[in-house]
Amino acid sequence: MTPAIEVKQVYKRFGTTHALAGVDLEINVGDFFALLGPNGAGKTTLINILAGLTLASSGSSCIMGHNVVTNYREARRMLGVVPQELVFDPFFTVRETLSIQSGYYGLKNNDSWIDQIIYHLDLADKVNANMRTLSGGMKRRVLVAQALVHKPPVIVLDEPTAGVDVELRQALWRFIKQLNRDGHTIVLTTHYLDEAEALCSRVAMLKQGKIVALDSTRNLIKSITGCSVRLRLSPDILPSVLQPLMGSYDEGCYILAVNDYSQIENVLAALRVAQVQVLEMQLLQPDLEEVFVKIMGSAENLEPV
Amino acid sequence: MSGFYTLLYKELLRFWKVGLQSVFAPMLATLLYLLIFSHVLEKHAQAYPDVAYTVFLIPGLVMMAMLQNAFANSASSLIQSKVSGSIVFILLSPLSYMEIFLAYVLASIVRGLLVGVGVYLATLIFFEVPLRSFLWVFLFALMGNGLLGALGIIAAIWADKFDQLAAFQNFVILPLTFLSGVFYTIHSLPSFWKGLSHFNPFFYVIDGFRYGFFGVSDTSPYFSLAIVAACFLTVSWITLQMLKTGYKLRH
Repeated sequence: MTPAIEVKQVYKRFGTTHALAGVDLEINVGDFFALLGPNGAGKTTLINILAGLTLASSGSSCIMGHNVVTNYREARRMLGVVPQELVFDPFFTVRETLSIQSGYYGLKNNDSWIDQIIYHLDLADKVNANMRTLSGGMKRRVLVAQALVHKPPVIVLDEPTAGVDVELRQALWRFIKQLNRDGHTIVLTTHYLDEAEALCSRVAMLKQGKIVALDSTRNLIKSITGCSVRLRLSPDILPSVLQPLMGSYDEGCYILAVNDYSQIENVLAALRVAQVQVLEMQLLQPDLEEVFVKIMGSAENLEPV
Repeated sequence: MSGFYTLLYKELLRFWKVGLQSVFAPMLATLLYLLIFSHVLEKHAQAYPDVAYTVFLIPGLVMMAMLQNAFANSASSLIQSKVSGSIVFILLSPLSYMEIFLAYVLASIVRGLLVGVGVYLATLIFFEVPLRSFLWVFLFALMGNGLLGALGIIAAIWADKFDQLAAFQNFVILPLTFLSGVFYTIHSLPSFWKGLSHFNPFFYVIDGFRYGFFGVSDTSPYFSLAIVAACFLTVSWITLQMLKTGYKLRH
């Protein structure tokens, strides 16, 4: 099957800096995909190349099989991008903005879909308001709506929840999940790793313009062996047999690293023998954030590009 | 093609929403020029025999207003969306560079014509202006507005900031229009300046346009038309190349 997004050996140089240094990436149709990485890793550059806002120095990219340079009209029809910057055209109302955007794609009589988007993004009260008068959150909603007017099979959201309140974040994800269930491929960048972990089935991590991890969210988390257990003890003394497991001591709690769950039994047994009482116990599962920190740390020594 | 119609509609809606500033203000300014220059110079200047100076002035002023507004339309629309970033909505869309070019140029032509026709109709209340050949008038109006609409696109793509665009407008467009024979016939100039005027493409736009009204001109209207058409095609080709390669738009 044609992948939703196919990126082959893409390089991008801005002067002497290499924003992208040979990116290969395939995202399947129907994926809910996260593109993660620290600031300046090249996420937005990669998105801009897919959208045709930036031209790659070399390499090729396709959206639903359409090359973004040689077949840009088809490729752009397949793609909806929510830009990171809060941009708007100050001359128009929300409805004008949306129907104009839809017209750029050659769509006529698109009102029923536009009405649906307006409903799902809770913009109904503001349809006749001028863009200038909207709050930041409302402008963000319109940006999302603009990316969806042509029902693109591939939707890219570049940090859609940066500086957005809880209510909108929840409404937005509910709507995006619905679109994903309906078969749309979703790609998002975010710095909220819990958000990526909860939503995305696959993850790519970028660092210094290179992909340093690419796998399903589950496999990435599984790659971190063991888990941690957080204990509050009385008396507040860790028996010496348990000292080798000691990870850290934090606010009256010991954090012990264990290889697997069965080892917890041994920990508890050792505590019982030492007549130490457990006041509080909490299991800490590895999460995407831990994976991220580990991968970004170990990729520290990437050869200079 | 309907993407093109939408962009054209958006461009027309944009200037119409600020019509007071984009259409009526330049009309008023042009009529004030007419009032002042005709009052001061009516008795001192005579361009063509049998044509009163004020009447001579009218086609030139109409064309000057059209040129400036055609330029301002595409230039200010593009620079605003470039600086504010809202140009992404056009760049993300499947609009072809040809569609983008045509929509901006046509919107410029429409605004230029609205201002020009408005000024012309207003002057008819006070003066009797002959109209020898509508076809010549229309052809030069179309080409002149189209040329400046395309130049506006080039200037706005090239400029990174508003002041650079203003510099282009004030140091290139304004002198070329003022020195193109709006207020005088170049036959009245010393020979050096007269010769220099022949290198100003705006001179041919205005001279040919005036021919349509009076049937008299400094240069043959066919020659003027050829020059203006060549300029329009060249500038259009440059604009299309800039849009095609994404110069300063797609980095």
